[in-house]
Amino acid sequence: MQSARQSYGRSIAAHAILATYTVIALFPVFVVIINSFKTRKAIFRSPLSLPDAESFSWIGYETVLKQGDFFLYFQNSLTVTVVSLALVLLFGAMAAFALSEYRFKGNTMMGLYLALGIMIPIRLGTVAILQLMVASGLVNTLTALILVYTAQGLPLSIFILSEFMRQVSDDLKNAGRIDGLSEYRIFFRLVLPLVRPAMATVAVFTMIPIWNDLWFPLILAPAEETKTITLGSQVFIGQFVTNWNAVLSALSLAILPVLVLYLIFSRQLIRGITAGAVK
Amino acid sequence: MGSLKLQGIHKSFGSVDVLKGIDLEVNDGEFVIFVGPSGCGKSTLLRTIAGLEDTTSGSIEIDGRLVNNTPPSERGIAMVFQTYALYPHLTVRDNMSLGLKQAKRPAAEIKDSVSTASSMLSLDELLDRRPAELSGGQRQRVAIGRAIVRKPDLFLFDEPLSNLDAALRVNTRLEIAALHRRLEATMIYVTHDQVEAMTLGDRIVVLHDGIVEQVGSPMELYNSPANKFVAGFIGSPQMNFIDAAALDRSDAKTIGIRPEHIQPNKKSGDVKGRVSHVEHLGGDTNLYLETENAGLISIRLFGEHQFEIDATLFAKFDDKRVYRFGDDDKTLQ
Repeated sequence: MQSARQSYGRSIAAHAILATYTVIALFPVFVVIINSFKTRKAIFRSPLSLPDAESFSWIGYETVLKQGDFFLYFQNSLTVTVVSLALVLLFGAMAAFALSEYRFKGNTMMGLYLALGIMIPIRLGTVAILQLMVASGLVNTLTALILVYTAQGLPLSIFILSEFMRQVSDDLKNAGRIDGLSEYRIFFRLVLPLVRPAMATVAVFTMIPIWNDLWFPLILAPAEETKTITLGSQVFIGQFVTNWNAVLSALSLAILPVLVLYLIFSRQLIRGITAGAVK
Repeated sequence: MGSLKLQGIHKSFGSVDVLKGIDLEVNDGEFVIFVGPSGCGKSTLLRTIAGLEDTTSGSIEIDGRLVNNTPPSERGIAMVFQTYALYPHLTVRDNMSLGLKQAKRPAAEIKDSVSTASSMLSLDELLDRRPAELSGGQRQRVAIGRAIVRKPDLFLFDEPLSNLDAALRVNTRLEIAALHRRLEATMIYVTHDQVEAMTLGDRIVVLHDGIVEQVGSPMELYNSPANKFVAGFIGSPQMNFIDAAALDRSDAKTIGIRPEHIQPNKKSGDVKGRVSHVEHLGGDTNLYLETENAGLISIRLFGEHQFEIDATLFAKFDDKRVYRFGDDDKTLQ
């Protein structure tokens, strides 16, 4: 069917490009998942084939669940990610509101200062951070990780959210002031619901690097009881022998929580990314 | 119960002076319009009265009470915004009652106020809807209802009709006029639309570049403008300004004559020109003459008239309605 806006040819081309991209993006994940269900021999013999009756094995998952305290690692990762995310969103949104709503001396400078962190990688300060954590006795605590990740996530969240908050109608906030709402209620009840798509975007962009991070858990919290899942999976990677079954199973399991969080935010996310592009 | 007194109001944003000393008194029950071109400070002035902006200097008294340091919610005012500014997550009923709930008034009183306001504006059927389910006109009525519910001493309107289409604008204008008669409340209304200003106001305050150019009733402004700016701002099409030297007059710098006070004449008149354009509006005809020495002159005639483009015509001024402006642009008597 031919219509003014679409033709078959173009539509097929567009879908072909999108499909190719999807395949490329999903392929590594697919390989990790199928191999996690295979025996060690089968992984090396034909890494790309699907598990069949002969090569199917739970051995990887069994190792992961038995060896090491995998549930604890999982819990640690989840605690660190969720708490950091909540703090980043709360403080980021509040700072963004202040920067976009109030006129004060040094407003622009403050905004620039807070956004500077986007350009300077926080890992450059690792030594100083470690010294700080040692001095304050926070080494090997989840608190240390949460503090670092909150600092890491704030610049981007302030930058994105203050852009969005500027678009919230001044009249609406002023109507709230005339009705006697406090600045906190204006922020939580009027402004936050309107920037929800932007919050979801920030949440996803903040969440994934935190969940995947290996660097800071390794340096700040390598103790057994504070290991995160990425660090925990490293147990299976040895200098000479690597237990691939276990590594792949651990990674497959680690995808699940991010997937769940992503599904929660994704409907909002798409609106956040396309906001402004189309009204 | 709703008087307003402004004395020496100054407001600057950084190094930019937006308001440069405004003095104004509004009496109880009056309908006062702030009018002026964009950027003249009229909205800023309204927001200073509301307490949404601090003044740099000067005093604001509402009802004889100095309110410079009083937050907006305690000034006894209510405001209607151009963009309606309804709370998107609340129903119409909750939108209207939020202010009173915040002030911790008894539930019975709130219910009473809301139902009075909603029947006044025929909003009864819409009370349980959310703003997103309303049309533009309905939203603005809800915004007006929200203001009425607060029973303010002073109503502030910030260009409330700008976002409505032409037909709704006329209806809502009539509604606001009726509301003013019925509530006998003091109202201040900001607009850049001179038709709204002329039709609604008891008194009009013409603002320009942060100062008050003239305050007066609509007919005072039309018949005796204080200066060239007011003369040009009030009236549509705009008053014609002609360099006095071009007419061989030495008693003024500029001569002003409104389009409706000029008659075209085939044989003789004050200036001679060529018809450059004719606009037929049905009730009116606007005629544009490209004159030899006085530039483009617009003439407004009542009823239908036919003119040939490029025909030569004379413009005859009504001598009693000619305004003279001096070197400082003030009107000469």
